[in-house]
Amino acid sequence: MLDEADLTALFLTLKLALTSTFILLVLGTPFAWWLARTRWRFKFLIEAMVALPLVLPPTVLGFYLLLLLGANGPITALGAAPLAFTFTGLVVGSVIYSMPFVIQPLHDAFQSVGKRPLEVAATLRASPWDRFFTIALPLARPGFITASVLGFAHTIGEFGVVLMIGGNIPGQTQVLSIAIYDHVESLEYASAHWLSGALIILSFIMLVLVYAGNKRFRVFRI
Amino acid sequence: MSLDISFNLQREDFAMNVDLSLPDSGITAIFGPSGSGKTTLLRAIAGLENIPGGKITFNGQVWQDTANFISTHLRAIGYVFQEPSLFPHLSVKQNLEYGLSRVPAEDQRIPLKESIALLNITKLLERHPHTLSGGEQQRVAIARALSVSPRLLLMDEPLSSLDNKLKQEILPYLESLHRELSIPVIYVSHATDEVARLADNLVILKAGEILGSGPIQEMLTRLDLPLAHRNDAETLIHATVTTSDTEFGLSTMTSGELDFTVPGNALPTGTSARLRIAAHDVSLTLEKQTGTSIQNIFPVTVVELQAENHAQIMIKLQLGDMPLLARLTRKSVEELGITPGLQVYAQIKSVAVLA
Repeated sequence: MLDEADLTALFLTLKLALTSTFILLVLGTPFAWWLARTRWRFKFLIEAMVALPLVLPPTVLGFYLLLLLGANGPITALGAAPLAFTFTGLVVGSVIYSMPFVIQPLHDAFQSVGKRPLEVAATLRASPWDRFFTIALPLARPGFITASVLGFAHTIGEFGVVLMIGGNIPGQTQVLSIAIYDHVESLEYASAHWLSGALIILSFIMLVLVYAGNKRFRVFRI
Repeated sequence: MSLDISFNLQREDFAMNVDLSLPDSGITAIFGPSGSGKTTLLRAIAGLENIPGGKITFNGQVWQDTANFISTHLRAIGYVFQEPSLFPHLSVKQNLEYGLSRVPAEDQRIPLKESIALLNITKLLERHPHTLSGGEQQRVAIARALSVSPRLLLMDEPLSSLDNKLKQEILPYLESLHRELSIPVIYVSHATDEVARLADNLVILKAGEILGSGPIQEMLTRLDLPLAHRNDAETLIHATVTTSDTEFGLSTMTSGELDFTVPGNALPTGTSARLRIAAHDVSLTLEKQTGTSIQNIFPVTVVELQAENHAQIMIKLQLGDMPLLARLTRKSVEELGITPGLQVYAQIKSVAVLA
């Protein structure tokens, strides 16, 4: 069965995934909107940067974040408290690590909305903000669902980044994947089973709920 | 009061030069082949395209000049796009209310009820756009454009995405729009049949240049413009039904001093309609013929001749105070000695009523 430490790790993981996904949606929406609409010549540079976490080994990302957020990093030099080995540090890492999984679906969704519905809305007296909230957002809904699911799931599954910048502090930075790794390391296979099984069931239930609630939309659009 | 537009557009692959003053009543058709800049012109009027250095004023209100650019949502326009472009996440009713709810109550001159009735979409209100046919969608799109009570209605080939049957279904609605609402309409089209039926004024565009603009009768018959040189070059005449003859199933339609006999007597007396006379259905005689089957024979004066090709000549005639086109062979023209100023008789073999 799951012991208290496992449950703590489970709740910490959910908290981390929810927080990161929320932050990514809030920051990612205007960013993806801008990316989808801009005719800036060097847009591809930004796109490449957003996609970078997709191809980098998570440990590389984690390593640089550790340097950046650690006790001797530039952040602390500016007077801020070091974020390495804290939950906030984990959130920063997760946001960067899961960014492409949220930005990409939002970008695609806004792009597939196209110019026309917004032009029509403009001829119907809707101001730019009005058009964004009444036309662009509702039409991009499938993209938001995909972005949330992918962002959430990807954060739950991360390991390398978390290990580098979060370490393994129970109750603060010990997430599920690391707890499972710990169990396996200590040859506690039964505990590893329980935790892994719980994760599988949890992920499956989440996806089932999302798919069932959005039969009209394909969650994964490639 | 009118709509004045002037701009100069230089793009890599396209140049456009516009200086127009359009009347603020009736339907003005922007006519030209695809790629001639019709849609660009319409989008500039709507503010969907910002052409640097352009100047647009509507009834004294500056929409664009060097210092100002009024955004689309602040211009008193309605716009019907080529595709219906209904909002897929809203029902038909919500699509109509989208515009209505954004117009202050005191500016709502066209009640939603009226446009719903005019376009016959009462039964569609609760449905979602994807369940409607193309023709139904376009009718809803027209009603939606009217929902903001526009002072100027812009229509970008609203029928071009529809097949011929649906076109015939929607044309009457456009005509009743014309009759019942006093909103000036700018109607982009490349189809002469639509233009002949709907337009009061015509702007002819070609490769970004305006070849001519004015009343449709004049534009159709000016020999320096391309419309008078089509295979189916035609003359339009506004006429009113004065008598109808049940014995032979004919009607008399009168325009000024002239009475035209036309087949069919379905239209009630007093109805106005457009008569269309094809240039190839008009022949000329030096004396008035008797013993002919032709019903419509009028004295006319030759105004202008222009060779179409080696064999044929287009002749512009004066019929009362109206122009009339006739296409004859060069041989006949030479044999009859037809020259400008000559008084002859025009025999019109067939007159079509556009209604």
